[in-house]
Amino acid sequence: MTSSNQLLIKNGRVIDPANQLDTVTDLYISNGIITGLGEQPENFHPEQTIDASNHWVIPGLVDLSARLREPGLEHKGTITSETIAATTAGITTLCVPPDTEPVIDEPAVVELIHRKVENAGHANVVALGALTARLKGEHLSEMAALKGAGCVGLSNGKNTIKNTLVMRRAMEYAATHDITVFIEANDQYLSDNGCAHDGPVATRLGLPAIPYAAETAAIAQQLELIAETEVRAHFSHLSCARSVEMISQAKAAGLNVSADVAAHQLFLTEMDINSFNAQCHVIPPLRNQRDMEALRRGIATGAINAICSDHQPHEIDAKLAPFPATEPGISALETLLPLSLRLVEEHQIDLTTAINCVSNEPARILGIDAGNLSINSNADICIINPDAEWTLELDNIQSKGKNTPFIGWGFRGKVQYTIVNGDIVYSG
Amino acid sequence: MVNKATRPTDLLIGQDLWNIQLDANGKLKHFLTIEGLGTNILNQILDTAESFAGVNESVKKVPLLRGKTIVNLFFEASTRTRTTFELAAKRLSADVLNINISTSATSKGESLLDTLRNLEAMQCDMFIVRHANSGSAHFIANHAAPHISVLNAGDGRHAHPTQAMLDMFTIRRNKGADFGGLRVAIVGDILHSRVARSQIHALNTLNTGDVRVVAPRTLLPKDIEQMGVSVFHDLEEGIKDADVVIMLRLQKERMQGALLPSEQEYFQLYGLTEERLQSAKPDAIVMHPGPINRGVEIDSSVADGNRSVILNQVTYGIAVRMAVMSMTLSGSIGNKNTSDDKEDK
Repeated sequence: MTSSNQLLIKNGRVIDPANQLDTVTDLYISNGIITGLGEQPENFHPEQTIDASNHWVIPGLVDLSARLREPGLEHKGTITSETIAATTAGITTLCVPPDTEPVIDEPAVVELIHRKVENAGHANVVALGALTARLKGEHLSEMAALKGAGCVGLSNGKNTIKNTLVMRRAMEYAATHDITVFIEANDQYLSDNGCAHDGPVATRLGLPAIPYAAETAAIAQQLELIAETEVRAHFSHLSCARSVEMISQAKAAGLNVSADVAAHQLFLTEMDINSFNAQCHVIPPLRNQRDMEALRRGIATGAINAICSDHQPHEIDAKLAPFPATEPGISALETLLPLSLRLVEEHQIDLTTAINCVSNEPARILGIDAGNLSINSNADICIINPDAEWTLELDNIQSKGKNTPFIGWGFRGKVQYTIVNGDIVYSG
Repeated sequence: MVNKATRPTDLLIGQDLWNIQLDANGKLKHFLTIEGLGTNILNQILDTAESFAGVNESVKKVPLLRGKTIVNLFFEASTRTRTTFELAAKRLSADVLNINISTSATSKGESLLDTLRNLEAMQCDMFIVRHANSGSAHFIANHAAPHISVLNAGDGRHAHPTQAMLDMFTIRRNKGADFGGLRVAIVGDILHSRVARSQIHALNTLNTGDVRVVAPRTLLPKDIEQMGVSVFHDLEEGIKDADVVIMLRLQKERMQGALLPSEQEYFQLYGLTEERLQSAKPDAIVMHPGPINRGVEIDSSVADGNRSVILNQVTYGIAVRMAVMSMTLSGSIGNKNTSDDKEDK
């Protein structure tokens, strides 16, 4: 790690969706803050200069959903291992869900995480607090205290709140304190411990199936509660075409909702399970081609606000079992930017939209000052060589979790530098 | 033994796994699923089984697999499948080890892979595996040492290929080798049935003219038509003019899962009685993979009647399993060495 009070990034193509900026210019950084763009501020004597000619200079990525596994599951990942992996992938801020062990349902756990993040000194980390105590769906968490400790939102993680009255009250209370509620829509009765999409592949392989309605029925119910309580809500990890439609309609009706999709949902379908490829065991499950295309369109039209990694690192043994007995999830930090850029390569979206979906928009949803290159903002920056071609290989994965179905995939565009608070934390 | 943590293939599972059933010469190495196997292999199994059927009736024992050790690795309870595999192995002169895992290792927290490594250390040649999870036979085949053959004796809802082949053998014995003109109806809990999935693949690979499934919608998996069947919800309509009626076992748990209202209503709508069987062809045969629930999916008079071939299926199970074992363990030796037996018969 290199520390410097003043840093100059010269001649890069600066792309900053938050400020509708896309131009070749210089970026000036002093004491961790962006102090100039194109115009040199007074008394600027950079200790270090990066020549970014033929490179893209974009806001550091903001990942809406990354499980770092600490505290509680350090054999899968630690705050240090995963924040390092994040910076190699251009991600400068990670948002962690509350389902750690112990659960993030009291300020002490938030403080523990913040302290560990600070000691590690790589990417920034913000936390979602638990919506209910122990995520049990019975009693409200001390939301105001959690907000006071720095939580940027509340969520019940993968633990659906079955009691709709508790959910309604949790939303009302969150709305009282102006906190965003994050929802992973999943009706646990309908998903019924399934492990694959209810379609021809699950039928052929005899895998317990998860129907569309497990997600869409949950979204429909939550939207009614959101309308009634007027809470600000974000839907995480959409997987169905119908979900995109519902969110789109809710927005048109004036509800204060947003949504994201995990990058892998934009590239994989149930067919990729092939014959029991446990690396494709994810929840929500990979759906079909029609859904994948609808999710891509959702990104293009803005119905879906953001792309996240839904990073879930695992130890090797977690995927070494018959498919239904494996743990779901992908180690995905290092494919978030590559897959997003690949959407641009495949002419699904333009470059500004891709960058917006992984920086400015997620930061806006979290209500944090990140994901932009405005003057006086924190200097969280990612510099990319857009022409570098590379292949994802097992040995190059920095995350402690090596569980990804994207091994062997070719990508164009490689992170050269990652800068957090003005410090170069990674150089490729 | 290789340290699993450093084996790169462990992280790349799932690539072209169908092909792991065949060796470089296209011979059967594992028998995990019917899917992906050609008509030639299925017919080879049936022909070889035909030759072993003679062994069962007269000679009783052949020395084909002398010196080989076969492990019955059952993670789920089973009586007839395990017994017929054991008998088949013994008639081929192999040594058989029965391991009932549901009551031993896993309850002590040992992983499937650990169990596997321990058994490999005992110099075995074949694992016959039954496990509650779909995909377990593939998983074991993919991680076992290269010299070991894996036979799937039932994995979750996925496949039970030897059962399907003994059913094909039964159909062939009764209806002849050309399946083209046959109408076969499979009735009952298709959703949870590995037997049905393997039968559907086998029937279609053998070019059966008309394959049907008959069940209420709660017992049918989504998009089952894509496996090459037509779907019926009415029993009499579904088995109309059928040459073969295959009844599936209905587990009592299905009532708890709100899949069905009661056994009584199920029997009223889907139970096979003499009267209902009238809509099938006069010479139709009735099959069932067992164990049967009398009065739930099948009436006693049908199960014990002259069109029932249920007990023949059990007998043929031994010959079919001998065929698959000899083919996987000794390549084509099974075919060559037993041709004499066939002549004798």
